[in-house]
Amino acid sequence: MSVLLLAEVHNGQLLKDMLARTLTAIAPLGQADVLVTGQNCKAAAEEASCLKGVAKVLIGDDATLAHGQAEPLAALIQSLGASYDHIAAGATTFSRNILPRVAMVLDVMVLADVTHVLDAETFERPVYAGNAIQTVQSRDRVKVFTVRTAAFSPSGMREEGTAPVESVPVPADPALSVWVEDKTIVSERPDLTSAKIIISGGRGLGSEDNFHQITLLADKLGGAVGASRAAVDAGYAPNDWQVGQTGKIVAPELYIAVGISGAIQHLAGIKDSRVIVAINKDEEAPIFQVADYGLVGDLFTLLPELTGKVG
Amino acid sequence: MKILVPVKRVVDYNVRVRVRPDGSGVELSNVKMSMNPFDEIALEEAVRLKEKGVATEVVVVSIGVPQVKDTLRTALAMGADRTILVHATDDVNQDIEPLAIAKILAKIVDAEKPQLVIAGKQAIDNDMNATGQMLAAALGWGQGTYASAVEIDEGAVLVTREVDGGLQTLRLKLPAVVTTDLRLNQPRYVALPAIMKARKKTIEEIDLAALGVDSAPRLTVLSTVEPAKRQAGVKVHSVDELISKLKNEAGVL
Ligand SMILES: Cc1cc2nc3c(=O)[nH]c(=O)nc-3n(C[C@H](O)[C@H](O)[C@H](O)COP(=O)(O)OP(=O)(O)OC[C@H]3O[C@@H](n4cnc5c(N)ncnc54)[C@H](O)[C@@H]3O)c2cc1C
Ligand SMILES: Nc1ncnc2c1ncn2[C@@H]1O[C@H](COP(=O)(O)O)[C@@H](O)[C@H]1O
Repeated sequence: MSVLLLAEVHNGQLLKDMLARTLTAIAPLGQADVLVTGQNCKAAAEEASCLKGVAKVLIGDDATLAHGQAEPLAALIQSLGASYDHIAAGATTFSRNILPRVAMVLDVMVLADVTHVLDAETFERPVYAGNAIQTVQSRDRVKVFTVRTAAFSPSGMREEGTAPVESVPVPADPALSVWVEDKTIVSERPDLTSAKIIISGGRGLGSEDNFHQITLLADKLGGAVGASRAAVDAGYAPNDWQVGQTGKIVAPELYIAVGISGAIQHLAGIKDSRVIVAINKDEEAPIFQVADYGLVGDLFTLLPELTGKVG
Repeated sequence: MKILVPVKRVVDYNVRVRVRPDGSGVELSNVKMSMNPFDEIALEEAVRLKEKGVATEVVVVSIGVPQVKDTLRTALAMGADRTILVHATDDVNQDIEPLAIAKILAKIVDAEKPQLVIAGKQAIDNDMNATGQMLAAALGWGQGTYASAVEIDEGAVLVTREVDGGLQTLRLKLPAVVTTDLRLNQPRYVALPAIMKARKKTIEEIDLAALGVDSAPRLTVLSTVEPAKRQAGVKVHSVDELISKLKNEAGVL
């Protein structure tokens, strides 16, 4: 059995935690060859070679791979893919953009958001915003899938030595897309998909200014900041903070939802949190049906009080 | 410029889906069905491009059961010029996999020759998030997924994408495939009279067999179960009580 695992690199930085969690998730399939791509990504490849579960690291280093565009990346994976039984990646916008393209060129199906690898051809994944869990068996020659990583712990470091690192040839760029710009916010806060504590704000915050109260509490607790779709749509928070069915799937130790009603689509993203706290003035809000601790009242008095008293 | 918009008929996003007690799938009889929300956004974008004079024709295609015609009528009411139903099955419980959908759509593209396909980023029933990317691969076109802004510019389309770290802008050579994210636009509200009027328009029908696409599923669903339920917890009455519970009971602070 052989697995090709696509790692994610931004500006030379390996998303190591994501890779380490994915390695844990796919461990039932054995060790994996990890593909590290980008421009000047040698250091990232070396970092990957220290992780447990890595058989070897392949580097695709080329200017055409610098911005994660799907077309050149799929061409690269296609050139490597035929000899693998599995091609996988942690479920992120990066991999979900690329792997279906890879699957099509290999004429196989793709599975999004696998939550459990049962055996080489059997996988568990949620459908209908997590309201049903399917177990599916694949008849495809190569199984292509993305994994939801938040609920897995990172695989850890190898006990000794590092995995071999080798370069792979990068096919010519199909030149179908040109990168124009990235508008990414580099934050000191922990990443939503690996944070131990998350404070999320919803429409109840009422304005971008008020949303600051969420970030204040998050900073005090060393947590990440999340948001509901309504808060993002209203411009209180950036799009990459959205938690839910069509945003980020999280599984922190502590999730505090403030001014969030608890729509199905939001709950889909937080179900695996260990402890959920809800602060909402409406005691009938559906969020209270999943909250371990519910506090009914006005967030504008409760939130500052909480921020003042913790830590 | 012709734009093709593939739309899927799915369980309405407000419906709380139930798993059938025998584990054979989810309950689809007598539940409200609607156009996939991301596809409404895709169609809205296409119609706006037509209203701006950038697009000349908006063609909507849906693959599935004959009841999909209801969804296509909504599409006509929203401003689609023509609609195509690819009749693929009579069984409402049969979900056709994105691989097959993409191959079928590629055939429609061959026939219709659009310059742009705008699809949804994800169908909210199977949550696959795959078809647009697969279609782009099948056609050998560029792809701009998770779009929050789309602008046509001299033989290219500029797509701003919602990605994990923020936003990314790509310039794609036309023809291309774009998939929509939630913030691309706010779809217009269609009033009932417009839907009634759309009833008079014809829907082109194509039988899947005529397209020569192998749509046999690659995946077998072994079981469908309800997720583990979270128990509702307790209400606390003050911030102090909350902090004390989080510290002493849950041990998370
Ligand atoms: C296709 C699709 C995908 C979606 N994907 C997502 C997703 O990924 N993530 C997501 O979050 N949503 C998603 N949604 C949207 C979802 O359906 C809800 O509309 C959204 O989650 C609501 O956000 P909210 O809870 O902040 O707002 P609301 O539902 O408006 O709730 C606001 C809450 O704040 C409370 N409140 C107001 N003022 C105060 C106050 N002063 N003190 C205390 N409480 C107060 C109110 O009681 C209320 O419960 C999606 C929808 C669709 C159709
Ligand atoms: N049966 C279908 N008919 C037409 N379009 C579809 C169908 N299934 C999926 N699509 C399109 O592909 C997008 C993504 O679906 P999916 O890959 O299944 O999550 C949808 O938003 C639609 O635009």
